[in-house]
Amino acid sequence: MPLDPTKIWYVITGLAIGTFLIRYSFLGLLGNRELPTWFLRHLNYVGVAVLPGLIAPLILWPAATGGSPDLARILATLSAVAIGIWKNSVIGAVLLGFSTLYIVQFLTT
Amino acid sequence: MTATYNTPKSTFWRGYREGLPFILVVAPFGTLFGVVGTEAGLDIIQVMSFSVLVIAGASQFSALALMAEDAPTIIVLLTSLAVNLRMAMYSAALVPHFGKLRTKTKLWVSYFLVDQSFAMSIKEFGERPDQPINNKVAYFFGIVLAISPLWYTSTLIGAIMGASIPDVFSLDFAVPICFIALIAPLLRTLPHILTAMVSVAGALLLAWVPYSLGLIIAAFLAMMVGAYTELKLEQKNAS
Repeated sequence: MPLDPTKIWYVITGLAIGTFLIRYSFLGLLGNRELPTWFLRHLNYVGVAVLPGLIAPLILWPAATGGSPDLARILATLSAVAIGIWKNSVIGAVLLGFSTLYIVQFLTT
Repeated sequence: MTATYNTPKSTFWRGYREGLPFILVVAPFGTLFGVVGTEAGLDIIQVMSFSVLVIAGASQFSALALMAEDAPTIIVLLTSLAVNLRMAMYSAALVPHFGKLRTKTKLWVSYFLVDQSFAMSIKEFGERPDQPINNKVAYFFGIVLAISPLWYTSTLIGAIMGASIPDVFSLDFAVPICFIALIAPLLRTLPHILTAMVSVAGALLLAWVPYSLGLIIAAFLAMMVGAYTELKLEQKNAS
């Protein structure tokens, strides 16, 4: 399904301006203002709160298989999570994840 | 006794050298964005606009994934901007060092304020807190020179390669795998683990909620669980 170009440009523009304002927030706009502790405490977890939920459906119900769970993708996920936690390595997680995916796909097709 | 400092110029090149190892992270990530963006149906101008104007990989990937799910523009923006909220902390942390710069310089620093330039700078300023502001800025832009041009060019290379990569490589899986790689190293404390678990469970259970709003609800719940667990652990350790 092709994406609507108008929508793409809205997203690019909005994301560019919004991201810039986030980066400029304290340096340029708010100065040395203190933020409440509870706010900073929540801010600390935004990434871990958004990204796993974003990818969970992509892993369990991938569009490439028509939305049915796929053993290769699940095993690849588990191995990438394991190596990421264990070795603290971004590149390692990507490499092992894709290797697992290709090997299991090769063995099961 | 007056302390002697290196010139801003030599500090700039030291920043550049110390930024070079990030090539290993930035180049594959940029290439991947170019490839995945093109596969998702974006043209080269659109893909490059993302990497040049937004210059924040994780949020770019999340925007792509949500657009592919046909989420409404406002949801795409809210979710992707949430991914970038950590940069508000970066901005705050740099105020003691860069707060007195001219506005024009602060605008450029803000544009180039990415994970790597922040992490290296804050480490450097922690180790050498008293160096002149010109050296600090020079160091920051040295890191930037090592990574940002590469981010643009690797995106371009990926975008050119993009459509020629066959489906058998399952590149749809590149986005999840990248996010896993970014998150997994964080999953070492109880609050972070619980946050991730609530996020996954919430997003799956709320997948029926229209406009991809389920993800936002799940993220809010997960964030509150993380913050609450951290607070409880602190209280427990203090008592």
